[in-house]
Amino acid sequence: MPNTMSLRASTRRIHCSKLLHPTTYLHTRQTPKVPVGWRQCRAVASTASAERVLFPGALNSKFTNEMAFIRPSTHKAIPTYRVMDQYGQVINKEVGVDTEDEEALTLYRNMVCLSIMDLLMFEAQRQGRLSFYMMSAGEEGIAVGTASALDPSDVIFCQYRETGVFLQRGFTLDQFMNQLFANKEDLGKGRNMPVHYGSKELNIHTVSSPLATQIPHAAGAAYALKLQNQQQSDKPPRVAVCFFGEGAASEGDFHAALNIAATRQVPSIFICRNNGYAISTPTSDQYRGDGIAARGAGYGIDTLRVDGNDIFAVRRAVKEARRIALENGGKPVLIEMMAYRVGHHSTSDDSFAYRQKVEVEDWKRRDNPITRLRKWLEGRGVWDEDKERELRSSLRKKVLAAFDKAEKMKKPPIASAFEGVYEEITEEQKQHIEELRDILQRYPKEYDIDQHEGGIESLSQLLEKK
Amino acid sequence: MPPSLSPVRTLSRCLLRPQSPIHPRCQWHPSSIRQASAAAGARLNGTVEFDSTPILQHTSRAALANPELPPDVRNGQTKRINLYTAVNEALRHALQTDERVLVFGEDIQFGGVFRCTMNLAGDFGTDRVFNTPLSEQGLVGFAIGAASEGMKPVAEIQFADYVYPAFDQLVNEAAKRRYMSGSTGYNCGGLVVRMPCGVVGHGALYHSQSPEALFTHIPGLHVVIPRSPLQAKGLLLSAIQSNDPVVFMEPKVLYRAAVEQVPVDAYHLPLDKAEVLKSGKDLTVVSYGTPLYTCAAAISAAEKDFGCSVELIDLRTIYPWDRKTVVDSVKKTGRAMVVHESMMNAGVGAEVAATIQEQAFLRLEAPVKRVTGWATHTGLSFEKFIIPDVTRVYDAIRKTIEY
Ligand SMILES: Cc1ncc(C[n+]2csc(CCOP(=O)(O)OP(=O)(O)O)c2C)c(N)n1
Ligand SMILES: [Mg+2]
Repeated sequence: MPNTMSLRASTRRIHCSKLLHPTTYLHTRQTPKVPVGWRQCRAVASTASAERVLFPGALNSKFTNEMAFIRPSTHKAIPTYRVMDQYGQVINKEVGVDTEDEEALTLYRNMVCLSIMDLLMFEAQRQGRLSFYMMSAGEEGIAVGTASALDPSDVIFCQYRETGVFLQRGFTLDQFMNQLFANKEDLGKGRNMPVHYGSKELNIHTVSSPLATQIPHAAGAAYALKLQNQQQSDKPPRVAVCFFGEGAASEGDFHAALNIAATRQVPSIFICRNNGYAISTPTSDQYRGDGIAARGAGYGIDTLRVDGNDIFAVRRAVKEARRIALENGGKPVLIEMMAYRVGHHSTSDDSFAYRQKVEVEDWKRRDNPITRLRKWLEGRGVWDEDKERELRSSLRKKVLAAFDKAEKMKKPPIASAFEGVYEEITEEQKQHIEELRDILQRYPKEYDIDQHEGGIESLSQLLEKK
Repeated sequence: MPPSLSPVRTLSRCLLRPQSPIHPRCQWHPSSIRQASAAAGARLNGTVEFDSTPILQHTSRAALANPELPPDVRNGQTKRINLYTAVNEALRHALQTDERVLVFGEDIQFGGVFRCTMNLAGDFGTDRVFNTPLSEQGLVGFAIGAASEGMKPVAEIQFADYVYPAFDQLVNEAAKRRYMSGSTGYNCGGLVVRMPCGVVGHGALYHSQSPEALFTHIPGLHVVIPRSPLQAKGLLLSAIQSNDPVVFMEPKVLYRAAVEQVPVDAYHLPLDKAEVLKSGKDLTVVSYGTPLYTCAAAISAAEKDFGCSVELIDLRTIYPWDRKTVVDSVKKTGRAMVVHESMMNAGVGAEVAATIQEQAFLRLEAPVKRVTGWATHTGLSFEKFIIPDVTRVYDAIRKTIEY
């Protein structure tokens, strides 16, 4: 195979010349902020007696003649940061909670609203009025708290159990209900399963069911923001934020995302919601390290583990993470938010097939982000039973009013079935649309097309569109 | 309860009463929702009756009359079971009779989200039946490694829509293992990757896909889609027995909806044979999986209305497929149609139609018609317009006959 041989030889030559004239040396000015150590990595140890050799793959590693395997099981678990205890008492009064009463009340109202919407929609699904739903019970503080600590211009990628992020950012009850009922007002054009919300206006990318795919997207988006932060220095800098579950963190995409985020030093905050389960799979079947936080160091990423039931801890952690993420042009941060999935995985799941009811009851009693904040508010004297009752009753009415309106609304035009695959309808699609229209016209009794806005007309309009 | 009761009041009241009991342990309730999507005055759509469809064996006698069953099985007993139970029974038999068999995947230990692996972990232990971490590329790669060292891993992908992270492992490793290993003898025979596929009425973009055509493009993989419990049991056992890797796609809408008499004993069905489900003179309809039920309903209406006679063929193994059975049938009928759920473009229908055109051109009296999903994604609200229904198949029969 002479051809292959010569190909190999020439590849080698290219390698050699690169080593002799590393591009980093030639263009140091264009590639600023490369830590000095990394540029030196191609050098070789000076003397045989040096304490450390600069192996290119592990800088500053000292030689040792003591053989000591790293045994993670002997390490202490990474601590969990909290600001207040489960009784709503602030632990360090000097540091405080970093939140005004008024803002705390807003956060509380949003968390309660989320839990009421969850209860009602769960029930609506049970009645067969909704095909599917996913609850946030136990994780309201993570979503609402994180969103409240970010700038509204920061870009967010969600998994699916972050309804609170949308709520806190201003997604309206009508918008939620329109999506859940996939009606003609749904921003997703009735194409996605319930809870797959998205809003460009609120800088939140649309939820997509395949797990973990959004994590590398967040890294790439953060890189876009990094460059835009540099190019548009008149505008306030932005970060990208990505949510995912501890189960999703087992996907290759998670690892790829953190690694590329670290090597490109992107301003991103990766937020793992560790709620103990991935559908039925407990964390003991998911990983054997110290949670997801332990992986941060492996990628050279600043990391913190936080008590997700403590919304003040969530907020402080995210604010600080945002500051770090924007330092020196950008770097990724990982936060592991600890929680317990109080609800079933979704309305398609009965979690008592794989976990004890008492386990769930215990957790509900022990701790919960909503009751914890309520205790704090009551301690401040700004909340009481009457206010609670009034809030719940008014929120329930608001949710149900939106529900009622959305359920009655027509479905999106049938044309939406074909639009949006490409920017323009293709010639092949046109033929498919014609064939469908023909069927709908000749067999009108077989289809409920009037449920859809514009009926059959929407297809004709699409075909006429130039 | 008066029908006029406002939804607001009904829902409000639910909040007051204790939480209603959770549904049976099941992830999807597709059949009811699917039926409900047919229009009120429909005569064709919504006429798939699982209780009486000719696709399923409703009596023990009919089930045992199957000539593909070995004689001892034909003299045995049958049991009325659904498709997920048939899969479970095949897995159980394989685990029981061959200690090389392993069953694993996401959430399978408690029975799996579609209940296919119920009680297997308890009965065979978690060394052989276990949860994997949530990584399709990881668990399929793991399965290839185990198969290459002599085990028979049956790996489950939770939904066919989530197989793509494992695409590299399947296409570049599983399919090419024997070929690239040359005379070393390495191969990954015994590997089966199971995955639920197809629409259920409300699965939208990521719980509806039938990506079989992506795998039929790859020599080295067998791609199998059973239509019923009886078929699923025998084909899955053959897949596990096979010395080549098999992608085994299970139409998830059939898990509960398709119930039939299934031999209690174990048996193997061929992985290289299509099956003529109904013979006919004027037209050959080729399909597989769920659309066979649609085809059967459409054929019954069309034969009544147009006085034609239609032959129905189940491919069963989509690749490498039984070209002879199909071509022989078309040579007899002179007309052909292919029906599948996934999109038309570069789909299985294209391959079948091209083969018919190459091998039976002079016998064709009409173009080979494809009735398939359109060139788009399965948007939640539009599934009923996108996936072939009885009306579309019926109309295509008429057009092909009248051509
Ligand atoms: C690639 C992929 N594989 C499998 C699934 C099916 N699935 C949906 S949610 C889920 C569990 C996710 O658990 P986790 O990431 O911990 O999030 P949580 O549900 O606990 O919030 C699984 C396996 C999927 N959606 N995508
Ligand atoms: Mg989880």
